[in-house]
Amino acid sequence: MLESKGRPNRLGLWGWLGGGRWGYERYLYTLHRLTGLGLLAYFLLHIIVTSSRAISPEAWKAAMDRVTGPLFTVGEYLVFAAFAFHAANGIRLVLIELGWAVGKPIEPVFPYRTSVDVQRPLAIGAMILAAIVMVLGGLDFFVLH
Amino acid sequence: MMRDAKLWTWHVLAGVVILVFLGLHMAIMHMDAILGIFNPAGGHPVDWGNVVERGKSVFFTVTYVILLGAALFHGLYGLRNILLELNPPDWLGKAIGIVLLLVGLGFFALGAWAAVAAHTLATSL
Amino acid sequence: MSETKEVTYRVREFDPNRDAAPHWEEYRIPYAPGMTVLDGLWKVKELHAPGLAWRSSCRMGVCGSCGMLINGKPGLACNTQISELATDVVAVAPLPNFATIRDLVPDLRPMIERHRELMPWIVRDDVGERENPTAEFWQSPEELEHYLQFSYCIKCGCCMAACPTYATDPRYSGPMPLAQAQRYNADSRDGGFAARRELLFSEKGPWRCHYAGECSRVCPKGVDPAKAIQLMKRELVLSYLRLRKTKCPSQLAKKPAGIGRREGIPEAPAPTV
Repeated sequence: MLESKGRPNRLGLWGWLGGGRWGYERYLYTLHRLTGLGLLAYFLLHIIVTSSRAISPEAWKAAMDRVTGPLFTVGEYLVFAAFAFHAANGIRLVLIELGWAVGKPIEPVFPYRTSVDVQRPLAIGAMILAAIVMVLGGLDFFVLH
Repeated sequence: MMRDAKLWTWHVLAGVVILVFLGLHMAIMHMDAILGIFNPAGGHPVDWGNVVERGKSVFFTVTYVILLGAALFHGLYGLRNILLELNPPDWLGKAIGIVLLLVGLGFFALGAWAAVAAHTLATSL
Repeated sequence: MSETKEVTYRVREFDPNRDAAPHWEEYRIPYAPGMTVLDGLWKVKELHAPGLAWRSSCRMGVCGSCGMLINGKPGLACNTQISELATDVVAVAPLPNFATIRDLVPDLRPMIERHRELMPWIVRDDVGERENPTAEFWQSPEELEHYLQFSYCIKCGCCMAACPTYATDPRYSGPMPLAQAQRYNADSRDGGFAARRELLFSEKGPWRCHYAGECSRVCPKGVDPAKAIQLMKRELVLSYLRLRKTKCPSQLAKKPAGIGRREGIPEAPAPTV
């Protein structure tokens, strides 16, 4: 029913990654997916590592010793940064996808002001929020400890 | 036939729950030098003393379990979305759903056990 | 006197009878200010490639036939000035995410079929009135605004070509069918929300849209399908959570009773047709 004649011409994964001709929101979408995958991978390991606190103080210390070191500190900061982006963009997406930040239907008059233009300040605000959180976290990770 | 709408709605609600509880978790763990909350034993947030203090608290035990469930559902549903959008054959799509469900249940069991067992251990110390 | 300017057309050609795969061909054509990409294609056909195939009709941006990939962005060939591309090379390719029948002609049938499945028409109980209308339906200007923007869709397929989800997932409905379903859901004359809901709750619904916003960026008529889809998500979620206020479809605007002709006003002449 959905098959068609002709040579297939889907963009496939290139459609996710874009090619420089796409708008900012498309890159936000791609980055949201990448940070989500990174956070999920970290989270599953995190559950395993932190479950050692239920065994004994020695098990906990052993687990914590295994995840210390400069490489782990940088890695954890990247996870924190991914969280900052994913959460801020997530707030933006909840406001958009539940229909609040897209604007009302209007008579289209050229040049068109679409929902992408309406939500642009929100997208900028979300990125600023993410940047602030990343800087505060960076202070805590690298400067104040 | 309601499945996709139902899952998506809960995905968004779980996201809001995570925003609150994971935000708190990040503030405790990674903004302690600036905010200094919920680390009564001083030192690093991951020192055993602080772990025990949070383990004793019913609030932390319960919210850890809620956060665990919400984050597992949110993350694994997101992963399922990504994998299904890559257009696998029908049987593989169903298999992915089942595998992710089992992974989620397994990790939830591990994490929930750890939260409750840590609470028991902490209150006995 | 200014010399004749020329532009280069890079056209992605594919003849299934001769070619194993699509290939780019280059042509130089004379350029005059005001030429659209479609004008250029006609020049290519006239001077170099008489066998080049594409769809076009109205040449003024209302029929939706000439959707194609112009310098990497989906758009209407008749609505795109060569000068606005700001380059001497115009690269034209068939719309992606649709199978290519030949040269620049995409197969839009999957989009049309999914569109039809989502019931893009007024659904009402009073079938008799729909088949043999006797009067108009009440609809205020505010109610019209709820769906008017989405009714400007010309089914060109540019939004489907731009959508990242439709790029990988052929089972996703895509911006056009979903925006058109919302156009009817938001129409106060329509009573079909419950019927469409059954389909939209499934994988045919808007759940694979993640607001990349590309569909609204490329739409040549300003339909803003991304907005329609997010508004649809809200309605469906409210409906799932049993928080949606259901409204009856618009009533018939019956003529008031007891109206007669005033004294001294003559009757109209008999119809001649």
